Amino acid sequence: MLNPTPGLPAFDYVKPASLPEASHFLAAHGDTARPFMGGTDTFVRMRDGFWGEKHLVDVKHFEGMNAIAFDSDSGLTMGAAVNMNRVIASPEINAHYPLLAEAARTVASYQLRSRATIVGNICNGSPAGDTTGACLVLHGVLHVHGVNGPRTESLDHFFLGPGKTVLQPGDIVTAISFPRPPQGWAGRYLKLGRNALGDLAIVGVTALGYPDSTATSGCRFRLALASVAPIPYRPVAAETILAENKIDENTIVAAAEAAMNGVKPISDARGSARYRQMMVRNLTRQAVTDVWQQIGG
Amino acid sequence: MAVHNITFTLNGEAEAAVVPSHMTLLQMLREEIVMTGTKNGCAAGECGACTVLLNGEPVNSCLVLAVECDGQTLVTVEGLAHDRQLDPLQQALIEIGGVQCGFCTPGVLISARALLDRNPHPTKADVQAALVGNLCRCTGYVRIIDGVLAAAERA
Ligand code: FES
Ligand code: FES
Repeated sequence: MLNPTPGLPAFDYVKPASLPEASHFLAAHGDTARPFMGGTDTFVRMRDGFWGEKHLVDVKHFEGMNAIAFDSDSGLTMGAAVNMNRVIASPEINAHYPLLAEAARTVASYQLRSRATIVGNICNGSPAGDTTGACLVLHGVLHVHGVNGPRTESLDHFFLGPGKTVLQPGDIVTAISFPRPPQGWAGRYLKLGRNALGDLAIVGVTALGYPDSTATSGCRFRLALASVAPIPYRPVAAETILAENKIDENTIVAAAEAAMNGVKPISDARGSARYRQMMVRNLTRQAVTDVWQQIGG
Repeated sequence: MAVHNITFTLNGEAEAAVVPSHMTLLQMLREEIVMTGTKNGCAAGECGACTVLLNGEPVNSCLVLAVECDGQTLVTVEGLAHDRQLDPLQQALIEIGGVQCGFCTPGVLISARALLDRNPHPTKADVQAALVGNLCRCTGYVRIIDGVLAAAERA
């Protein structure tokens, strides 16, 4: 009989004393080892047999991993192990990057968010992550420690496919940092789940807009879509329409349709491909309208 | 596979355990320590029946490794009553009828305790948001929410 609540498959828990030690351990064990943060995704995938790592490497105790630091020139740096409830509660994040808190509030439940991390979600390469869109439009940069020491990775070319990223064995993301967002910006995350709170996104739309006199429309938008492509998706055609045309209802509808036509989502238990496409259009229109009103439209 | 000697504080008492790497906190509580108030509903972070406080914050104990609790402080539903006095939340849920089969109750109580600790005067919407991760198949939630609000009022 199928065990309805199986435990986790056997593995070794490893807690290295330093980052270099952790990177070397991970590199030496290749596919059989994986770093973990809150484990909210990792343990479920292990339990369900999708991942069969023999070593799980705990990396959340290293220096800086739990810190949130804001500087009015350089922006925000958030340790990779900062959990989502701390993002939601952080005065600095609410004051300067409220979009991150808005997106984090839509994730699962309070008790899951006490363990779930924004960076862990990014590292797992999920196209459905609620907070990943905010990280993309806020131009987040990952700080990575690998076998050759520290480096940074932009999120623009980070995602390769579902569960696939540019990270190599030995790489540990230690933090994510964000520059100061553009002057006068506003953001919005709209999520459609099967219920009002707690579900995974059927479709998620992140929009960020700001005044920009170099754009024909007088403003620029950055958009990101969740759960509609193999990777978190930036609908560039829609962004271009919003930069090159006077913003009014027609332009916003045209941009929303461009976003819809740019995605080829899959059908699954949460929604059909056609439904997802239509919801991309509707939510994009709504999110852009909301942001446009906030930035002085 | 590796085993680990860990020590932690459980409901105010010092505890020690020997746990394999892949044992969850939920398994340790129920199967090693044999403290079965904390329930196993889904083992996937969905139902909240396994919710306990880890350093004062509610977590799904099915998604925490026992070994991660080395040196940490845990509170389970067994730790809510003090000196033969029920927690006001327990008292209110009993009086208002927020318990039917009771399977979700330990997790609900822990989530609600954590809510009142961080926000002693929650609105109904605050209570609903705090209990999103605690599924109940019996009560329809109305009396659970009423009970939490009543406990907050009495405190
Ligand atoms: S048993 Fe842990 S959330 Fe269901
Ligand atoms: S009382 Fe039965 S599940 Fe809640």
